[in-house]
Formats: sequence, structure tokens, C-alpha cells
Amino acid sequence: MELVVENLAVARGGLTVLEGVSFRLAAGGALILRGPNGIGKTTLLRTLAGLQPEVAGSISAPPESLTYGAHADGLKAVLTVEENLAFWAAIHGVGGVKDAMAQMNLTDLRGRRAANLSAGQKRRLGLARLLVTGRPVWLLDEPTVSLDVASVALFGAVVRAHLAGGGMALIATHIDMGLAEARVLDLAPFKAKTPMSAGASGFDEAFA
Amino acid sequence: MIALLIRDLRLAFRAGGGFGLGLAFFLLVAVLVPLGVGPDSSVLAKIAPGILWVGALLACLLSLDRIFALDFEDGSLDLLATSPIPLEGVVAIKALAHWLVTGLPLTLAAPVLAVLLNLPAPGYLWLVASLAAGTPALSVIGAFGAALTVGIKRGGLLLSLLVLPLYVPTLIFGAEVVKRGALGMEVGVPLLLLSGITAGAVALLPFAAAAAIRVNLR
Amino acid sequence: MSLWEYANPKKFMQTSSWALPWVAGLSVLALAGGLIWGFFFTPDDYKQGSTVKIIYLHVPSAMMAINAWVMMLVASLIWLVRRHHVSALAAKAAGPIGLTFTAIALVTGMLWGQPMWGTWWAWDPRLTSFLILGLFYLGYMALWQAVEDPDTAADLTSVLCMVGSVFALLSRYAVNFWNQGLHQGASLSMDKEENVSDVYWFPLLVCISGFVLLFVALVLMRTRTEIRARRLSALLARERLA
Repeated sequence: MELVVENLAVARGGLTVLEGVSFRLAAGGALILRGPNGIGKTTLLRTLAGLQPEVAGSISAPPESLTYGAHADGLKAVLTVEENLAFWAAIHGVGGVKDAMAQMNLTDLRGRRAANLSAGQKRRLGLARLLVTGRPVWLLDEPTVSLDVASVALFGAVVRAHLAGGGMALIATHIDMGLAEARVLDLAPFKAKTPMSAGASGFDEAFA
Repeated sequence: MIALLIRDLRLAFRAGGGFGLGLAFFLLVAVLVPLGVGPDSSVLAKIAPGILWVGALLACLLSLDRIFALDFEDGSLDLLATSPIPLEGVVAIKALAHWLVTGLPLTLAAPVLAVLLNLPAPGYLWLVASLAAGTPALSVIGAFGAALTVGIKRGGLLLSLLVLPLYVPTLIFGAEVVKRGALGMEVGVPLLLLSGITAGAVALLPFAAAAAIRVNLR
Repeated sequence: MSLWEYANPKKFMQTSSWALPWVAGLSVLALAGGLIWGFFFTPDDYKQGSTVKIIYLHVPSAMMAINAWVMMLVASLIWLVRRHHVSALAAKAAGPIGLTFTAIALVTGMLWGQPMWGTWWAWDPRLTSFLILGLFYLGYMALWQAVEDPDTAADLTSVLCMVGSVFALLSRYAVNFWNQGLHQGASLSMDKEENVSDVYWFPLLVCISGFVLLFVALVLMRTRTEIRARRLSALLARERLA
């Protein structure tokens, strides 16, 4: 069980933003992605999740092992907390809704509609979704946005428990989540030097 | 897959889900047309098959942009695309949910509205049969159009422009079934052609729609 | 030397800049020759009088309205399979041209129909299916307009073109079915292919070849414009990065 990324280049809007990204993540490992805004953290995570094609390089991971936690939580406002989680659990064919609510401190809110949650509570619900996917590799894009200090610590503990169970996490974040054991990957050195030369994008040399 | 169907139905029936809007629109068409055309029942009887089919088609069109746009905005579509369910299946289920929420109620309500338009008695059976056979095609074709326009802000008008030409064959055969049925003529050929279009659309368009969604998510 | 070399924008620009004047010139010659021959040096029809001569605009433009769609379909498939940008841009370029040919076919059809059938518009199966073809062109062009990213737009319009082709064909047959079913249509049919005698046929052939050349010239011209626009946006993007 290992996520291996070799010499990966990713593009956004037809321009290569990152190139030569390589890393390995073994079971139980966490990697924190850092870099200034616009460097391509989200693009990298979306590429890893399989939502967009890579420009170059390779990603090898066991099939259906990754799950993506984006800026948007994928919640339906008219469904309750429990219904939202139960839906994603059913889609992924795993259970554990009650356990996920307990871990993210949502049990008291289970019957409340997502529309009536605060931003932080919504975020916690969005993160609880990761627990009901049953997938080992979590790709997290700024997971702590709108969480208070206590919730950040809570989520840090959830991630640590996930890692202890043989899971992996790839986290793009600017704040300290208390994951001392996580390695840090600074993306700034991988900024693409020749954004136009992307073979897969629209800017083949003949156009520019 | 069942979970997705149940969720979509639940979303449609809860507040703000838009269930019933299509039906209300259909009713309005059936009321407004006689007001515009005049009360002459022989004229109404003649145009009833066409009006009912066009009304059903437009009512179907109303809710198309909700099929994927809401899931796209709140991030669910990203998550569905990375879920174990194939995207083609997601499209098919969502089209089915759309049909259950619009096409099926329209089919069941059509005979009542046909009374307002003086549809001749032999036409009722064929009105229901043709809508039952044809509205699934409207939902699947609409889902394809919605998939093409999912990334476009305020794509509703564009969606209509793309989908309406694709509705032409379904409309022609569907209305033809009712027209012939109302005159007591043989309806087998157009009904079979209509069913053929539905079967073909249901079988093939989810693949095209899934491809379009993948492009739009990039 | 493979055919695919022309898919390179640079190579395409070189070749087309050489070919364009020839194609355009030939098309002007053929059109002028064919139309003058057709309008002034053919006899009036015993039944239709001089109105028959609109055939020299009507038939070629109707043919090209369909052929333009076929060309768009082929170019879209090439884009989907081989990812050649010139192919996608050529399909984009053909859209408005096809729509224009469709409009010409419709307008000339109406002008012809008025004295012949006594009405500007009849829901004749052929006229109707051209009207529907025009709607398909409109949708295709609107989708190109609406999508910002050029590669996304190329992908989506290609998928639409494929699906649209199937439904356009279905519509054609549906319309035939619909009209026969309603009007027992024979009164409005116009078996032009069978009626046309050699006297009309040869200038018509010249006109058709002129329209084909005109179409090729227009597509080349518009594709060149699209390539330049694409290059411009690429250069601007590079400048922003620098």
C-alpha cells in the first residue's frame, strides 16, 4: 500500500503550473503541501484524485484508494447531517456513519439540516465524509478553513487515528495541525519553468 | 446507485426542490392555449395532441438545468466522479430521477389536461402511452444537454438552445402517435419509432454525457 | 510525408497561405461562369418560367449546408481521436459558414416557393429539415461561444456534433414521416433531380463546384483567423507569465 508520484507535471487552464513533483507516501504516512497561493496545490490534488489528466509523469496508487476533500464540502442543504453522511456511506458501500459523527463531534447535530449549520459545523461534516468513504488515501485541500482551534485539534486527532490505522494523508494547508510526524513538501521549487511547453495542453510550440 | 436515486428524489420532494413546478407549467399551457386560440372545441380537438406534447416537452425542459448544476456548485459532482460508481451510472440514475419527478407526473396528469383541450376520446390511451414511451428520452437527452453546459454560469438558455433541436424526433413521433390515436388510426409505427428513440437514447447518451462531465470537471 | 503534418498549425499556415488565393480565385471563376451560364444562357422552363434559375443558388447551397456539417463531424472526430488543434479550429470555422449556406438555401427556397406554390413558407419536409439543421448549427455555435477554455470548448462541441449528427439524421426521417402523415404531401413535392435536363445540369455542376471551392476557401480563411487568434492569446498568456 503505497502512493508513488514520479516526475509529475500538472496544468491549470492550459498552463503547466508544477513540474517534476516526486514523492512517496507509505501506509501511515502524511505529507503536508506548502507553497504560496496559486502555486498549484489544488491542481495537484485534483490531478491526484483523477479529476484532471496529468501533463507528464506518473501516479501509482491502488485503484479506488484515494478520496478528495475539496474546498466545497458536497453537502445538500435540505438533508440532515445524518442523511448527508449516510448518502456518501452508501455510495462507497461502507458503514460507520455513527462512528464518523462521534469522531467529528456531530452526534448532537445529527437531525439538523445542513442549511442550519454554521460554517465550521459544515466543514466538520464535510470532513466526517472522509471517514465513511473507507478509502485509505485522503487528499485534503485546506481542511481547516473556518474551523476553530478546538475543531482543528479534533480533526488533527482524527487524521492521526486514520494514519495509525494504516491510512495516508496528503494535506495542503498553511496552519499547524499538530501533526508533528508529517513530512512537509514545499512546492515552490517545483514551479514550472516553461509553462507553455506542455504537450497535453493547448499551447504546443506552434501556437506560441 | 439506489442511494443516489433516493437522495435525488428526496432533494426534489423537499422544500425548494422544484417538484410540481413542471406540472404547474403544463397546466398553465393547457389553460393558456384555449384562451389564445379561442373556445372552438373542434379547433382545440385538432391541435390538442400537439399542444399536449409541446407542453410536456417544455415542462420537462424547465428543470433540466438542476440535474447537474446544483451538484456541480456544491462540489458533490467532484466527489461522485471519484466515487466507486461509474459516471455513466451517475448520469443514468440522475436522468431516471428527473423522469420520476417530471416525466412520470406529466404522463399521469396529461389525460386530465386533455379534457380541457377536447382531445377526442380514442386519443387518451395513446396520449398516456406515447408520453410514457417518450418522456424518458426527453429526460436522458436533457441530461446530456445539462452535462454539456454544467460548467457554464447561467447556462439555462444555452441548455434550451442545445436540447430543443435534439427533441425534434421525439416530439414528432410522440405527437404523431396521439394524432393518429385520436383519429382512430393505426399507431404502431410511430409508437415503435418513438420507443426506439427512447431505447437508443437511454442506451447511448449516458456515455456521451459522462464524457462531457469529465471534460467540464477538468 | 504524412497527411497529419498539416495538423501542425505552422505547416497549415504555410500551406494554406499558398493555397488560399488559388482556391478563392478558382471559386470566383467557377461561380461567375456557372451563374452567368445558368442565368443568361439557359432556356426558361416551360412550366416554371425563369424562376427555375434560382436552382443555381438553391441546390449548391443546400448541398453545402449538409456537407459543411459532415466536414464538422469529421474534423470533430479527428480532434477527439488525435487531438490536433487545427482540426478543432477548422470545425469551429465551418459552423457559421454552414449556417449561412443553410440560410441561403432556405431564403432561395422561399423565393422559389412563392411563385411556384403561392406561399412563402410551406412545411415541406425538405424546408422543415433545413430549418432544423439551422437550429443545430445555432446550438453548436452557441456552445463554442459559451465555453471559455478553448480545449474544453473543442471537446464539448465535438461531443455535441457527434450526438447532433445522429439526431439531425433522425429528424430528417421524422420530418418525412410527419409530413406524409399529415398532408399526403404529393401536392408540394418538387422532383427536381428527375426533372432537370442536361441544359440545366451542366451549368449546375459548374455552380456546385464553385460552391465547394467557395466553402473550402472560406474554411481556410476562417481557420487561419482562428489560429491567429489562438496564437495571440497564447502570446498574451506568455507575456503575463514573464
